[in-house]
Amino acid sequence: MRKVAIYGKGGIGKSTTTQNTVAALAEMGKKIMVIGCDPKADSTRLLLGGLAQKTVLDTLREEGEDVELVSIRRPGFGDVLCVESGGPEPGVGCAGRGIITSINMLEQLGAYDESEALEYSFYDVLGDVVCGGFAMPIREGKAEEIYIVCSGEMMAMYAANNICKGIVKFAEAGRVRLGGLICNSRRVDNEREMIDEFARRLGSQMIHFLPRDNDVQRAEIRRQTVIEWNPTCPQADEYRTLARNIDSNQMFVIPKPLSIEELESLLLEFGILEAAAA
Amino acid sequence: MTLLRHTHGGTITERQALTINPAKTCQPIGAMYAALGIHRCLPHSHGSQGCCSYHRSTLSRHYKEPVMAATSSFTEGSSVFGGQANLHQALQTAFTTYEPDVVAVHTTCLSETIGDDIPQIVQKATEEGLIPEGKYVIHANTPSYVGSACTGFANMTTAMVDYFSASASPDKVAGRINVIPGWVEPADMREIKRIVRLMGLEAIVFPDTSGVLDCPQTGKHELFPRGGVTVDQLRATGDSIGTIALGPVCSGPAAAQLTTRCRVPNTVLPLPIGLHATDAFIMALRKYNGGKVPREIADERGRLLDLITDMHQYFYGRTAALWGDPDQLASLSQFLMTIDILPKYVVTGTPGTKFLKRMGEVLGDRKSEAQVRQGPRADMFLMHQWIKNEPVDLLIGNTYGKYIARDENIPFVRHGFPLLDRVGHQYIPTVGYAGAIRLLEQILQVTLDKIDRESPEEQFELTL
Repeated sequence: MRKVAIYGKGGIGKSTTTQNTVAALAEMGKKIMVIGCDPKADSTRLLLGGLAQKTVLDTLREEGEDVELVSIRRPGFGDVLCVESGGPEPGVGCAGRGIITSINMLEQLGAYDESEALEYSFYDVLGDVVCGGFAMPIREGKAEEIYIVCSGEMMAMYAANNICKGIVKFAEAGRVRLGGLICNSRRVDNEREMIDEFARRLGSQMIHFLPRDNDVQRAEIRRQTVIEWNPTCPQADEYRTLARNIDSNQMFVIPKPLSIEELESLLLEFGILEAAAA
Repeated sequence: MTLLRHTHGGTITERQALTINPAKTCQPIGAMYAALGIHRCLPHSHGSQGCCSYHRSTLSRHYKEPVMAATSSFTEGSSVFGGQANLHQALQTAFTTYEPDVVAVHTTCLSETIGDDIPQIVQKATEEGLIPEGKYVIHANTPSYVGSACTGFANMTTAMVDYFSASASPDKVAGRINVIPGWVEPADMREIKRIVRLMGLEAIVFPDTSGVLDCPQTGKHELFPRGGVTVDQLRATGDSIGTIALGPVCSGPAAAQLTTRCRVPNTVLPLPIGLHATDAFIMALRKYNGGKVPREIADERGRLLDLITDMHQYFYGRTAALWGDPDQLASLSQFLMTIDILPKYVVTGTPGTKFLKRMGEVLGDRKSEAQVRQGPRADMFLMHQWIKNEPVDLLIGNTYGKYIARDENIPFVRHGFPLLDRVGHQYIPTVGYAGAIRLLEQILQVTLDKIDRESPEEQFELTL
C-alpha cells in the first residue's frame, strides 16, 4: 500500500486537489482510503457528495471506545473509503491530540489491514503543522510519501519550506520522504518556472502544475470532484495527469529546506519582488 | 549491601539533562494540600485519574489520614474535546452527593496543555445551575512542568484571596491580622495560632489544615472534619490590619495579592523554624499588639536557649546535608548556623530567584564551605555524590533520604514532605521556640544514638 500525506499552507487547495487526484486514481481502478485530518472535517465532502459524515471523534465521544469501522468509514465516489478524523470546536480541547487518537483508532480497528486490500491511503492534513498531533500522519509507520501543495505566492512557498523542515526531522528517523511539490496555480508571474526551480533546490521535483480553472469551483459547488462532474473537461485531465505522475513516481527524497535568504533570492530571481516593488 | 550502588564519588560530571531523585514534587499536590485547609472543601483535580490518585495517596501516606479529593477523570475523548463535560458532571456529583461548601479545582499538565479555561467552564456551570446557592468553586492553574509543589500551594492560596477576600469597610479591624502559614504541618498551623493567641491577637490563618489532617479518632468518619478556614473568614481577610506571610515562596504571592486587592499591608518572613526566624515572627506580631511579649513566650525562648547552650558540644563543628523546599531549607539552614552546625550541602528542585541570595545571607562568611544548588539537576543524586566525596554528620529532609542515610550511615532527621515512613510530624510542631526544641531533640537523638551505637566499649558512657 502506498501511504501518502498531502500538506500545504491553509487555503491552498489541499482538500480539493487531494479529492480530485484520488477520484482520478479511483477511475484508474485503485482501491483508496482518504483520511481527513482537519477538525473542520471537510476533506471528503466532494467524494461523498457533501453527505454529512460522522467523524471518528464524534463517534468516540458518543458511543465510547467500542467503535466499529463501518460507523466511521463511508464509501464515496469510485468506492473510495472516506474517513474524517474530526475534532473539537474551535477554541477548546486539543485538535492535535484528536488526530493522534483517531489514527490510532483506525489502526486498532484494522482499517489498514492487508485484508482491506488498499492500494493507497491518503492523509489530508490541516495546513499548519502547529503541534505534534498534526505531524502524526508522518510519524514512523504512517505516511511514507508526502506531496506539498503550493503556489508561487511567497507565503505558500514559505509554508512549503517549513513543512520540508518537519519532513527532514521525521525522515532522519524513519521512512517518510518528499514525493514532490504540486503547484496549484494562482497565476503568479513565472509561477511554473519558479516552483520548478524551488522544487529542484529542495532536491525534489514539481510533480505537476495544475492550471487555475473555474471548473474546479463549478464542480465544488455541486459537491463533486471535476472527474465526477465533468469527466471530459480539460481540468479533469490535469488531475488524471497528476494521478498518473503520483502513481508512477519513483523520486522520493529527504528534502533540503532553504534558508530564508535563499527563499527570498529565489523570489527575487523570478521577478516577484521586482514586480511588487513596481 | 548498599542500596544506591550506582552513585559514586570522585569527579562529578555536570549533567546537561536527566534528574535523578528530584528534590521536588509537582504543583497539584501543593494545591490539593492548600485546598484541604479550607473548611468543608473538596479539592478537585482537573485531569486524568492518575494525577489525583498519586496526590491523594501521597498525602494519605504522609498524614495517615484518608484524604478526600475528586477528579475530572479525563478520557481520550476529554483530552480532545476539552474537559468541560467532565468537570460539569463532577461538580454536579460533588454538590449533590458530598455537599462541600467549596470545590477547589486545580489543573494538571493535561488540562493545561489542551488549554481548558476553568473560569469559563465554571461560569457555564453556574449558568446551568450546577453550583447550588451559597456554594463556591474556586480554581488555580497548576501545570506540573512549571515550578513545584510549592508553586501549587502558592497558587491555590492566592486563589483563596482572588475568590474570597473583600474589604467590607474602609476601616480595618484593629487587633486582627492574617497569617499565611506556608506549607507546614497541621501541628505547625496549630502552633502558629497558639503563638498569635498568646501575643494577644486574633488571626485568620489560611490555609489551615489543623483539624483536617490531624483529626482525633472519634469512631465516626467525617468527610469534612471541623478544621479549616471558613469562607466567611476568608472574606474577612480583606479587613484585617495586616498580613504576615510565612515563607516567601509558598505564602508571598497570596499576601501580595491581598495587598493589591484589599490594601492589606503585608510582611513576608521566613518560616518560623529555629531561634532567629521565630524571633522575626514574634517581632512582626509585636507591631500589632503594642509591643508586648508575654512571659510564656519569653520562657519558651529561654528554654530553647538553655538547650542550645547545654548541648552545644554536640552541635559545634558538625555538618549537615539538606534537601527539600526552599522555605524550609532557608529557615532550617539558618537554625543550623545558629547552633554551629554547617549546612554543608543544600539542594532544592524548586526554581525561584531569591533562594540562593537568601542562602548566601544565611551562610554569611561560611558560604565558601557550603554547596547550595537549585534547579532540575540539584537533585539528591548530586547531593549524594558530594557526600561520597566529603561526608556530613547529619541529614535533614524527607523520607527519600533514608537510602542515603543507610548507605552512608549518617544520622537522619526526617523533616519536610513527604514523610511516608514515620509519624509525629502531624502532631508535634517544628515551628516556634517549642518547635525548635523538638528539632534539637530530634537532631540530638539521632546523633547520640550513633555515638552510643558505635563507641568502643571503654568509651561507652551512661551519662553525657
